[in-house]
Amino acid sequence: MTTTAEPTTTELGKARTRKEDARLITGRTRFTDSITPHGTLHLHVVRSPIAHATITSVDKSAAEASPGVIGVFTAADLGVEAVGLPCAWPITPDMKAPQRPLLASSTVHFAGEGVVVVVARTAAEARDAGDLVEIDYDALEPVLDMEAALAEGATLVHPDLGTNENATWVFDSGAAGTGASVDEAIAAAEADPDSIVLRRRFRQQRLIPAFMEPRSCVVDPTGEQITVWAATQVPHILRTMTTVTLGVPESKLRVIAPDVGGGFGGKIGVLPEEMLCVAIAQRLGKPVKWTETRSESLLAAHHGRDQIQDLTITAKKDGTVTGLDVHLLADMGAYLGLVGPGVPILGAFMFNAIYKIPALKFTCTNVFTTKTLTDAYRGAGRPEATFGIERIMDELAVELGRDPMDLRKQNWITHEEFPFTTVVGLTYDSGNYEQATDQAMATFDYAGLRREQEERRARGDKVQLGIGISTFTEMCGLAPSRVLGSLAYGAGGWEAASIRMLATGKVEVITGASAHGQGHETAFSQIVADQLGVPFEDVEILHGDTQISPKGLDTYGSRSLVVGGIAIVKAAEKVVAKAKKLAAHLLEASEDDIEFNAGQFTVRGTDKGKAIQELAFAAFMAHDYPEDMEPSLDSDAVYDPENFSFPHGTHLAAMEIDTETGKVSLRRYVCVDDIGNVVNPLIVEGQVHGGLAQGIAQALFEEANYDDQGTLVNGTFVDYTLPSAADLPSFESSTVSTPATSNPLGVKGVGEAGTIASTPAIVNGVIDALRHLGVTNVEMPTTSQRVWRAIQEAKGNSTQETPIDTHSPGAGLGSIDPNNPQGEVQ
Amino acid sequence: MIPAKFDYVRPSSVEEAVTALRDAGEDAKILAGGQSLLPVLRLRLAAPSVIIDLGGIADLRRISEDGDRIAIGAMAPHHDVMRDDLVKQHVTLLSQATATVADPQVRHRGTLGGALAHADPAGDLGAVALALDAEFVIAGASGTRTVGASEFFVDYFTTAIGEGEILTQVRFPKYTGWTSHYEKFNRTAQAWSMCAVAVALRLDGGSIAEARVGLTNMGTTPIRASGVEAALVGQQASADAARAAAEHATEGTAAPSDADAAADYREHLARVLTGRAVLAAAG
Repeated sequence: MTTTAEPTTTELGKARTRKEDARLITGRTRFTDSITPHGTLHLHVVRSPIAHATITSVDKSAAEASPGVIGVFTAADLGVEAVGLPCAWPITPDMKAPQRPLLASSTVHFAGEGVVVVVARTAAEARDAGDLVEIDYDALEPVLDMEAALAEGATLVHPDLGTNENATWVFDSGAAGTGASVDEAIAAAEADPDSIVLRRRFRQQRLIPAFMEPRSCVVDPTGEQITVWAATQVPHILRTMTTVTLGVPESKLRVIAPDVGGGFGGKIGVLPEEMLCVAIAQRLGKPVKWTETRSESLLAAHHGRDQIQDLTITAKKDGTVTGLDVHLLADMGAYLGLVGPGVPILGAFMFNAIYKIPALKFTCTNVFTTKTLTDAYRGAGRPEATFGIERIMDELAVELGRDPMDLRKQNWITHEEFPFTTVVGLTYDSGNYEQATDQAMATFDYAGLRREQEERRARGDKVQLGIGISTFTEMCGLAPSRVLGSLAYGAGGWEAASIRMLATGKVEVITGASAHGQGHETAFSQIVADQLGVPFEDVEILHGDTQISPKGLDTYGSRSLVVGGIAIVKAAEKVVAKAKKLAAHLLEASEDDIEFNAGQFTVRGTDKGKAIQELAFAAFMAHDYPEDMEPSLDSDAVYDPENFSFPHGTHLAAMEIDTETGKVSLRRYVCVDDIGNVVNPLIVEGQVHGGLAQGIAQALFEEANYDDQGTLVNGTFVDYTLPSAADLPSFESSTVSTPATSNPLGVKGVGEAGTIASTPAIVNGVIDALRHLGVTNVEMPTTSQRVWRAIQEAKGNSTQETPIDTHSPGAGLGSIDPNNPQGEVQ
Repeated sequence: MIPAKFDYVRPSSVEEAVTALRDAGEDAKILAGGQSLLPVLRLRLAAPSVIIDLGGIADLRRISEDGDRIAIGAMAPHHDVMRDDLVKQHVTLLSQATATVADPQVRHRGTLGGALAHADPAGDLGAVALALDAEFVIAGASGTRTVGASEFFVDYFTTAIGEGEILTQVRFPKYTGWTSHYEKFNRTAQAWSMCAVAVALRLDGGSIAEARVGLTNMGTTPIRASGVEAALVGQQASADAARAAAEHATEGTAAPSDADAAADYREHLARVLTGRAVLAAAG
């Protein structure tokens, strides 16, 4: 920058309430389902109730005769049998990738897969007619267990692939030259009486993203461009992928993501229903709409997590960790999502976390099953890795008889050691684990709670106390394009921004990030207000429409601020440079003598100056401007980050367990996050609180399970148990700041931090409360029943397995099989 | 929500409702607060031809004192029941249990009569009605009849309400001066009971003169824990007595197994929660 004064930062760090909230809370906005072009027809997808079956016949006649029905279509009827949905992340050159059809033609591969689409004049008529479509199936054996799916002779989900293995992806620090060999570390530890080798198996249960607004798509084919409205996180990617999938030229497509009600990764996909909407709108020449029901969403929208983690850690008995070997099985479900195969791979770079582990090997095998496909879910790969390492650090502490925090301190990167290049070759630019930890420990009163824990144990209290620790870091701000290229990812990681200086001094900012609840409009306005010295209220943020914001890579991976926000800064710098040139011309001064501060361009040492608004007007009038510039201050920028950002933090949970009933209660949760400089502390607090709730929910509440026939048993919010505010305490969250050195604002991502950090803190706390009773593990979610059984087993009482695949409660009822309702309903 | 098509009737009196029900035939469903019916319609697990909405009958929301009874209209919302002074004073256990039902939104919509007529064994109010010997006033074409709680609950989602009949009122004897507690165990705050225990005690000095105990979600209907009651009467209100009586909690139960709790765990919970409920009720 050539400006001579630092821009003032009156907005950065201000806890502004979100400018989006008034319209969202009062409903004075439009979501996709509230957009209905004149003459819109409605789609209903008839889905397979069976996980794996051959379709033997489809009888559409009754549905076609149903009132209001325009058409009932199979894939063959639409001529889309050969159309396959895209997977943009071929993690290995020889990855096995089945084609995911828009509608299943001969075989269904998961319960919830679409087979027939009904088009009718109203959504109700489409739904009614859907009930009249008769599809006969010959059931095939479902493929449900990952290890069984990989065994010799297993039923194949896609027989033409010859295997249920999608790919195996390996990173070995020894081979890569970024660290030592894990095999050697294990061999050395096994041969050394002063070392130990610890092996543990953890499970990441299957989760459902459960965004608030169900998915929806409206397509209007009238006009020169086809307009697509979609409840999506990724309007730009959706446009490109619609071209890739259906061959509609990208220039003939306009994709709009209006206000979108949450995503958490769950709206990162390219949906068969979206492609059906485009294909049917084109075929019929009329606008069409598809909006899913909540139960459709739980069943058919992509799920998250679902891994088996086999970890081996080696350490010297003095506590120094010497190696970590990671073997993952990751359930892809029946097909590959847009970035599904890469999600577990993102974890490869985070298993070493904040520790100076000299040798790391990561082997992940992705597996096909006859379940709903999995893809990104808040944190995507990093929560799984963080859980694995933070759980096994606790296990190692127990084995070595060490305090779990002391063991972490012994192994973590100290603040003097930054920048630090890790065993997987990432360079952590900045961090201060000591600072965050010291503050968290003091707030939590760690020593006091340990004393209370000892007393409760000694007294044999009915309610036992456990302390859970998670000292996490993550890589976010996806991502440097060259790094993505090296991972064979199907796109770059840059972001685009434009700034338009309007004649009246107002500022329009166009971003390629696509907000769906994050508060971009507020945070980005604060940044621009500071950069240009204009009032916050004068900044308008435009996004989510490919005709307004033609260039962008959308929102996921905590990238909007650290990539999209920096693109805005870069564009603002260009605006300032142009304005300065114009100011010098109008003030008859040398550009070198122009100072810019708080929106004013002044001639150094004089009181002569021009406000940025005056310059915007002057550029608009264009009556007088330098010969070597265009009459415009408007500027564009594309920012490609050189590195990720690495937020970190220390999270501490005090868990109480009623040992009589197994009931787990979260008594206190203290977290101190280091996310660098903070643009808006209120938004940060909201992101942390929501993230914590989601991460804690994985530990305590949520689980998507299938019965032995491959039917999802948690198909409603009655039995897919999301917590509410009543189930969680007031979080004690705060921040410390070690500014990132990898971007000009010194910011780090915060969108996923709470989710990534909290799950292991909770589970470590649960097990810590029970360890003295002989309990060594409780699988997630750590329900009262699982805890009670773990205690019984530790006591030597035999108890049955915790059932996970029983239908009940369901259907909005307390105790009923949704497939077999009975009795009076009032 | 897109349910299957149905006709909708909103009568303004019980007589009109009974007539509408007779005219509608077998496929009719009665809509009270809709907290169970609407989810079933939404999922198309039921497709009634006619829905008869009792929401237009103002009389059915009334809560009144009737001699030695508190009479609660079947359409009184949970929110009204739990805050009503008569209920709080004379049927404290009902007020306590109602306060645990789901969340405020549900309690403003859902009704006492709807919940009891739905007869979900996981519902909280059946065990209370059973333990407290409530009476159910049922209207039909030939007038009204009254059924005791012990005959009212027949099976899963099945009650003594016959075809063409409507539950109009639930009458509770006064338990003035009794102490009580509803001990509920669930997965999340809004979830249905995995198991719950309703206890009302009449204390005389330090000892238990009378006891009423009902169990939620321990069988196909709410269960009266008579063994526990018998074990409590005449005992000092102590932890030992509570523990000893709680050993009888699973007598006569048929605990269901589901993803939240297999039968063995549910039985264990019934014993633990019974002990706690008795102690809490005893103060």
